[in-house]
Amino acid sequence: MKKTIQRRQFIGTSLVAGAAVTLAGGALLRSGAALADNVAGWPAKAFDAKALDQAMAASVGKNNVPVSPKVKLTAPTIAENGGAVPVTIEIDSPMTADDYVSTVWLFVDHNPTPLASQFDLTPGLGAAYFQQRIKMAKTDNVRVIAKTSKGEFMASAPREVKVTIGGCGG
Amino acid sequence: MADNIGNPMIRMANSAKKGEMVEVRSLIMNPMTTGLTKDKEGKPIPAHFIQTVSVTFDGAKLLDIDWSTAVSANPYLAFKMRAEKSGTLKMVWKDNQNGVWSAESKLTVS
Amino acid sequence: MKNWFFTLSLGALMGVAGSAQAVNWWDIGNLKTSPAQTLKESRELFKQQHPDLPFDKYALGAYAFSPELYSQYQEAMQFNPGDLTLSTGKELWEKPFKNGKTYASCYPNGGKGVAAHYPMYDNKTHQVETIATSINACRVANGEEPLKYGSADMIALQTYLTSLSNGMPVAVKVEGPGATKAFQEGKAYYFMKRGQLGFSCASCHMAYDGKYLRDQIISPLQGETAHFPTYRAAWSAVNTLQKRIQGCNKNVGAQPQPLESTDYRNVEYFMAYLSNGIKINVPGYRP
Repeated sequence: MKKTIQRRQFIGTSLVAGAAVTLAGGALLRSGAALADNVAGWPAKAFDAKALDQAMAASVGKNNVPVSPKVKLTAPTIAENGGAVPVTIEIDSPMTADDYVSTVWLFVDHNPTPLASQFDLTPGLGAAYFQQRIKMAKTDNVRVIAKTSKGEFMASAPREVKVTIGGCGG
Repeated sequence: MADNIGNPMIRMANSAKKGEMVEVRSLIMNPMTTGLTKDKEGKPIPAHFIQTVSVTFDGAKLLDIDWSTAVSANPYLAFKMRAEKSGTLKMVWKDNQNGVWSAESKLTVS
Repeated sequence: MKNWFFTLSLGALMGVAGSAQAVNWWDIGNLKTSPAQTLKESRELFKQQHPDLPFDKYALGAYAFSPELYSQYQEAMQFNPGDLTLSTGKELWEKPFKNGKTYASCYPNGGKGVAAHYPMYDNKTHQVETIATSINACRVANGEEPLKYGSADMIALQTYLTSLSNGMPVAVKVEGPGATKAFQEGKAYYFMKRGQLGFSCASCHMAYDGKYLRDQIISPLQGETAHFPTYRAAWSAVNTLQKRIQGCNKNVGAQPQPLESTDYRNVEYFMAYLSNGIKINVPGYRP
């Protein structure tokens, strides 16, 4: 099946990365588990943090961010399926070169790893608006924190999403 | 033959007036497994998920995203961009098992 | 004055109870009732159970009963993950066989509008043929190996071929003794209690549709088949009605059957006939 620009690219990158991991981390390799090669620059420490305050410290860099009405987070009251909860993030900002949202973080308070996503924006976007579908292990709060180019931090109010076990799933 | 991975799609308007906001919707197949589940034989299923999404317009960076395993399988992403000039939007997805996929969409701005 | 009011209220009471004869869901399982009469009674049953729900809204299934869930469905449909499977199906559909022909040559109209009439009873093979079995028949007739039912390629092809009937109402026919027998066997399957929980398909999807089972709303049988193959968040993938039936079997503690078994074909035939008139819309999206 021809897929030109959508081809899965294996060769060059993975051989080099694979060799590096083997040499540097031989002791850590577990047989049977696939070698996971984190993409360069992916903030593993923040994503591996297991509690909300650790995840925030490792990503945002602070824990007490004031809630601002400029940061809007929309999520359903009751999730149809905890594996695919739609969330919409919208931050009120001029998005000009002098004043724009530079980073957005999305957290699910009690997920095994609370940091769900990190967005790095440029003013060229014109709007700080995102929609995604996320997994939630159980009824929990979702929250968003934003940082502006002026160094300001603001947060959404936490939004509770009820996640229940379906009667007919399977 | 048919893979249940990759095959990314971008949906957005093909043309817009200068200054208008354009909504971009994207979808790609990926299991986004967390590494926390086991298969029927009790063996752990390794984490397999898209870690980065980079969006450029005519080569210039627009948006970079880092994802965790908390993003749903077959990840959907929508964002908005301001139509300034005609050009090509390109998105590149990379997962933690050296998978790389890209897709493009042209925008004409009048 | 008093007399007039008495007559009116008596008339109203009679109207509610007996204008169309009240249908009991279990009576629809009567194997002696003709297919056409079964369809008539089924439509009356659902109208009785949901007098304010317009017929075409049954295409939404459980979403017809919850505005909150419906809005999540609309958000998901902004870009249905099933569309990726649909595009794969299109590629597979357009790829010629080794002999140079394509799938389109096996179907009237190149496949457009065909799925609306499936499943259909084949008087030559004496069994119900589904979209899946027709795809394999096409392959074999053109010198190709049949695809495994439930394989990614087969599901993608089923999805694409069915999508060529999008917007058209389900229009399944049950004509002739062979077809009628298969229909009645499908009805018998649908109404038979099975599994550890002793539920029949009808005990939930005809008796209890629109109501909650734990936190999920039970979908009505009427219109059920029109959105299959569907993306299901629970599967993180697109799959077929029969795959869902396997899942439902397991949910009640019953042994599932292999895909395209005689029972599964017959019950799909029955379910599709009772979904006649509802517009096809695939791939669907469900939790």
